[in-house]
Amino acid sequence: MLEIRGLRASAGGNEILRGIDLSVNAGEVHAIMGPNGSGKSTLAQVLAGHPAYEVTGGQVTYMGQDLLEMEPEERAQAGVFLAFQYPVEIPGVSNAYFLRAAYNEIRKARGLEELDPMDFLDVLEEKLKLVEWGPEIMSRAVNSGFSGGEKKRNEILQMAVLEPRLAVLDETDSGLDIDALRIVAGGVNRLRRPDNATIVVTHYQRLLNYIVPDYVHVLSAGRIVRSGGKELALELEARGYDWVEAPAGVA
Amino acid sequence: MTATWVRRFEETAAAAEPEWLRPVRRAAMDRFAQTGFPAPRDEEWRFTPVAAITQAEFEPARPTHQVTGDAIAPFVFGHAEWPLLVFVDGRFDPSLSTVPPLPGGARALSLAAAIAAGDPVVSRHVGHHAPVEASGFAALNTAFIQDGAFVHVPAGVELTAPVHLVFASSGETEGTVAQPRNLIVIEAGARASVVESYVTLAPGRRYFTNAVTEVVSGEGAWTEHTRIQRESEAAYHIGLTHVEQAAESHYRSFTLAMGGAIARHNLHVRLNAPRIETLLYGLYLTRGDQLVDNHTAIHHDHPDCNSWEVYKGVMTGDSRAVFNGKVLVRPEAQKTDAKQTNRNLLLSEGARVHTKPQLEIFADDVKCTHGATVGRLDDVALFYLRSRGIDEASARVLLTYAFAAEVVEEVTLEPVRLELERLVRARLGAGS
Repeated sequence: MLEIRGLRASAGGNEILRGIDLSVNAGEVHAIMGPNGSGKSTLAQVLAGHPAYEVTGGQVTYMGQDLLEMEPEERAQAGVFLAFQYPVEIPGVSNAYFLRAAYNEIRKARGLEELDPMDFLDVLEEKLKLVEWGPEIMSRAVNSGFSGGEKKRNEILQMAVLEPRLAVLDETDSGLDIDALRIVAGGVNRLRRPDNATIVVTHYQRLLNYIVPDYVHVLSAGRIVRSGGKELALELEARGYDWVEAPAGVA
Repeated sequence: MTATWVRRFEETAAAAEPEWLRPVRRAAMDRFAQTGFPAPRDEEWRFTPVAAITQAEFEPARPTHQVTGDAIAPFVFGHAEWPLLVFVDGRFDPSLSTVPPLPGGARALSLAAAIAAGDPVVSRHVGHHAPVEASGFAALNTAFIQDGAFVHVPAGVELTAPVHLVFASSGETEGTVAQPRNLIVIEAGARASVVESYVTLAPGRRYFTNAVTEVVSGEGAWTEHTRIQRESEAAYHIGLTHVEQAAESHYRSFTLAMGGAIARHNLHVRLNAPRIETLLYGLYLTRGDQLVDNHTAIHHDHPDCNSWEVYKGVMTGDSRAVFNGKVLVRPEAQKTDAKQTNRNLLLSEGARVHTKPQLEIFADDVKCTHGATVGRLDDVALFYLRSRGIDEASARVLLTYAFAAEVVEEVTLEPVRLELERLVRARLGAGS
């Protein structure tokens, strides 16, 4: 589904990603771990097409297409979804309006008919259950005045509605209490299907107790320095990042 | 140009008019003859050069009977049940207006008719609130008081439907001037919503509207006043709204300004007693070469009053906007709580805004704040929307609309709010 080869990217002249190689197949969950500043979030943002990052080398192929050539909206329409580490507040746009607009754009791109507000409500009702929310959240402005936990839940709600093929969760666990973490992770797990894939970017192993990865990759200074199964996350939890950062120079 | 107006005044002064009105008009004319129109050196008009208006020959519009209900229909919001007064080129047109019987003796009629009938409410208020010193334009309007709207809601009466006043420019001939004069009196404990629309039936026509509206809000009255200015983008619009508030009254205003080559609106509110609440919301949308100016002044003369003001602007093309917001707090106005915000969104390199909050505070136990911002669309928000599949152009429109919607949402009367939302969406290119 996703093939990343030698990906390099910089922001403001500073190189952050220094040659990332990663393959993700349908049905898989990959965890990207690493210390602060290792480039985890940059990788997530580059995959979504954030204009603040300049790709300086490498290729990314998604479903046979050159992902780096696509605009952010084209990536979304093709099924890429980024759950933001810091979801953006948009006062003046209701959650309902925003979600329906996004949903219809993606349906249009897939050659499906757009849904009117009434029909969309039916779709929404089922998705809201996934994040244990009532319909009242839909009349609030997007993330506006939401708590940290509500913002993350709203990201998962969007993911549920937009049904991506490739979901990238950027530090979705940060700032969550244990109940919110359970809801968010539960939502993600129920959205797992054999034909979609998930990349979980996280600093801590905690989230991976709830969203169990098939593969764990450790990022350090813009490179993947170690890959393994889910037990790698436990080892990191026990031994810290210093343990893997050391061999980075020779990797 | 001043001389032309003086001559016109002398020619019309002999016309039949009530005793009380003659000195009001005469004093206004004297004032105008003395000061003329605002000059570029006038600080209050520094960013709004009005030479294009003051040096041109505008002829008073002749009555026209060419306007049909169909032509007015797009501006009446589709609410046939709302009391509707239509003025064409400044004159009341009964055939286009519909005023069903209003509850509790409330009235909505043409000012000319009320003057002719010797209405005591009219003689008590007209010309007694809006000072002719406000500007040469205000003086000129007062000197030529003839017609406009008169809305009177007696004490304790509640109007459920808004009264809609439509001032349409027929554009039948180029270069005409209309000077509507309006009086809105909401007596003690009464409740009413009034919508004032300035519209054109001939987009692209150059004409001049010089409007003055006096609003008198009695003790404990609740008034919602919506002003929609969508004149021709080649036209000139100068407006003064002067509000007098009595104790414990609540006055809320929303003004939308999106028309005019040069458009200026002064909104002055006088808080004449304690425990008054004043909410002023405004939105201006400019494009092309438009210049839209909003000047507000809130006079806190007594203690324990709150005022809250939010004006927002969206500018594109080479357009200009001006915002000047004065909050004046007199020494006796202790416990004043006043907040003023002006936020501007510039969507093009060529667009400009001049914003000037002016707090003049002479009391010490007050809470007064102001803030002005000028910015562009937030790149992070734009990326957020795009990452959800919304294309860049639509995302820009959505964010722009969201910026504007924040003030439109403050209109409490739902049918009015929905119509305003539709109007703003259409102007900004947003779909449903």
